[in-house]
Order: sequence, then structure tokens, then C-alpha cells
Amino acid sequence: MTEIRAEMVANVWKVVAVEGDTVADGDTLVILESMKMEIPVVAEGAGKLTRLAVAEGDVIQEGDLIAVIE
Amino acid sequence: MYSEADAELPFVAEADEAVLIGPAQAKLSYLNVDAILQAASSSGAAAIHPGYGFLAENAEFAAQVIDAGLTWIGPSPEAIEQMGDKIRARNLMASAGVPVAEGATEPVADENAAVDLAKQIGYPIMIKAAAGGGGIGMSAAGDEQSLRSGFETARSRAERFFGSPAILLERYIAAARHVEIQILGLADGRVVALGERDCSVQRRHQKVAEETPSPGVDQGLRERMLAAAIRAGEAVGYRGAGTVECLVDTQTGDFVFLEMNTRLQVEHPVTEMVTGIDLVEQQLRVADGLDASFDAASISPSGHALELRIYAEDPVRFLPSPGTIEQWQEPTGPGIRVDAGYTAGNTVTPHYDPLLAKLVLHAQDRAEALALARQAVGAFIVTGLKTNLAFHADLLNSEEFGSGDYDTSVVSRLRP
Repeated sequence: MTEIRAEMVANVWKVVAVEGDTVADGDTLVILESMKMEIPVVAEGAGKLTRLAVAEGDVIQEGDLIAVIE
Repeated sequence: MYSEADAELPFVAEADEAVLIGPAQAKLSYLNVDAILQAASSSGAAAIHPGYGFLAENAEFAAQVIDAGLTWIGPSPEAIEQMGDKIRARNLMASAGVPVAEGATEPVADENAAVDLAKQIGYPIMIKAAAGGGGIGMSAAGDEQSLRSGFETARSRAERFFGSPAILLERYIAAARHVEIQILGLADGRVVALGERDCSVQRRHQKVAEETPSPGVDQGLRERMLAAAIRAGEAVGYRGAGTVECLVDTQTGDFVFLEMNTRLQVEHPVTEMVTGIDLVEQQLRVADGLDASFDAASISPSGHALELRIYAEDPVRFLPSPGTIEQWQEPTGPGIRVDAGYTAGNTVTPHYDPLLAKLVLHAQDRAEALALARQAVGAFIVTGLKTNLAFHADLLNSEEFGSGDYDTSVVSRLRP
């Protein structure tokens, strides 16, 4: 199981993946926006996206859970 | 005026009167025209200075300010509109005798049209949002495949950030310096040029450090660029402070018009340091119909000035680093000016630009300005979040920047 967490405070601009998707290493899951910069959050390893913990418009803090891949 | 996210910041405390205009989300505050006009009305303000972000180059906003009976501290809405669309601006500049790079004279309709045009101009080619700025949606394409993908990316970003999908293609200049001319349209209609700024130190097409005079511009080129910038301003009946941005091809020594910023620039302090002219004061005077406070016929810049933008970002990959500032200690001394938006205890939010402060240095010549900058960067203490101060130290110590012989790729060479 891989937990993907936020590296910085950011707004969730776009949720690209859907819970239940099969994802490949490097696939974009979510696009964050911080300080006018878009920051893609990618799958760190292949598997099934069992949890997507954010929604578009959310403000997330450093360390917050974004997704779980199993 | 301020948003909820900025309530604790020094500019709010320093103002005689401050009005809360909305929540953090820019759309609901700094881009909310109704809230801004309401704040002006409730506070009895007679004029609006738009600063250099958000609505500063929005012609419709300028018109609404004027319609509300307020003084707009900036050029006419017509001038903003003519320069806001990069394609129209290019065409207008070409007809005013300002050199432009080979490129589109109308918006590029679709991917296939882009490929056809690229065949005429040749690769690599630059893709830009016609209504854009800040490097958003901009990329260079080396072949048809990257043009196709870059075109689509540019379109979607242009739509999202600027509300217009219009795309411009332009010949790409491989090794270029970004050199811009400060102009000032006076109340009597004359346009004067106040020298150039070299803004070639950029990451993600955004400026990180600027200097004047440009080490890559000799007196002959300077005279031609200043004359072209005056023609550019005259072509749109420009009033107030504006900047004509150009690219200087380091191979040929020629320059082309890039775009015009119809507002004050972030990096205006370097011009102020060498000319002794307070640009914001001139903006206010022009808006009020007064003469400039200096003699336009005898502008004589002295010494060398440098501006380092202190960003809340990591100094290696330049990724945003919002957070709370623990320590904030600014360098002080002769020739050192710090324009800061933050201080100890403030929280830097992810909502806006990462610019924390501008560190500006002024000395007799470039070597002395660089030495002063190294000392000032070393004395600037910010803790609690990451800043790019360590990058500036590397930049100042690099052979390439030190030599003055650098171009817009200098940052990518320092941080490969």
C-alpha cells in the first residue's frame, strides 16, 4: 500500500483520477495549485487507487493524505 | 484593500484605512470588481492604483473605475486593450516601426493551422497565449509533435487563466536576453524613456533578478531601443508608467518587441535607483494632470542597480513553499533597499504569488553592486519556510552572471 501525501500547502485545482482506477507509475492523480503554479501529484507505483481523499477546491496542508494505491 | 488571507500583513497595518474586500480566493476578492468599487466608495477614495497583478492590466476594470467617477492611475482603457492582446500589439508595433519577430498576424485557429504556420516560420517556434502573461501557457516547440501537444496545453491554460483561447506563434530566438524599456507618458502627451532593465534571469519564464544598465546592451543598441519604446508608447497615446519588453538576440545583436506591460513593473525599483525618479510619484502626478517632478530633457542614470526577488520557494527546484515566517531580518546599509511584503510571524499562504520581498542594490558600477548584493544576501535572514536566498547566492557567485554575458537560460544552466 502506498500513501501519497501533500508536500506543501496547496489548493486542489483538478482531480484527474477516479477512485477504483487502475493506475500506472507516474500517472497524474490530482493537480494542485500553489502560488500560481500547477503541481501534478503522480502515482508512486502501479496499482489500484483505493482511496482519493481530496476534492476540487479543497485546501490541503503539508502531510495531508491525497490518495492510497494498493 | 485586502483579502482575509492577507489580514495580518504589514501593508494592512501600515495603511491609514484598510477595507476587507473578501475571502482568500482571488476571484472573490482581488478580482472582484464590485467589492473593490464598493470599498472605494465606502472609504471615500478618489482614485485607484491597480498595482502590478490581478486587475492591473484589465481594460474593462479601468473603464469601470472611470465610469464610477474615480481617477484611474494608469493608461487609458483603450491603450490597455490594444496592448493586452499580444497579436494586436505585435501588429500595431510593426506598423509603428518597432521590430517584431516573424509570427502570426491573427490568432492561430487550430492545431493544423499552427503546423502550417510553423512550416513557414521554421522550428523551434514559440507558442503563447495571446491574452496571457507571466509565462503561463507558454512553451517552445522543436518539432511538429511537440507543437501539437504544446498548442493544446497553451489553449486550455489560456482559456482557464485569461478567459481567451487565442494563441500566437512566433519565431523562437535560441539565445536571447530579455531587455525592457521603462517609459512614462506625461500629462502633456509626451512619452519619455527612462532606460532599460535586463530581466534575463528567469525561471519558468518568470523573472528572478533584474539589473540596469544591461551588460548586454551597448550605447548604440540602447539608443535604438529607447527610440522604439517611445514610438510604441506614442502609437497608443500612452499615459503613466509602462514597460516595453523586448528580446535581444545575442547572436545577431538585434532586438524585437515582445509585449508591453501597461502598468508599473515589479522590478521598477532598479530604474528608480539609477535615475533618482520615484515612478509611483510620477504615476500619481500624471493621473492628476501634473507635470513630472523631473526634467524630461535631462535624464541621466548613474551607477548600477540590481534587484533580487526573494521568493517563498525552495532554492533548488523552485517549488512553492508557503508557511509561517519565524525570523525575518533584513540587510541594511548604504545602497541597500528592501521592499518587503512580509515580516516575522506572518503566514505566507498558497493563494497568491510567492514574492516575499525585493532586495535592491545600488552602487557605482556593476562589480560593486554585485559585491554589495553578495553581502546583503548573506545578511538577509528568513526562517520558518524555504526561500530562494541560497539560489541568489549561487547566482551572484556564478561565472556566467558575474561576467555579465548571460541570457534567459542562465537559471537552467545553474540548476540543470
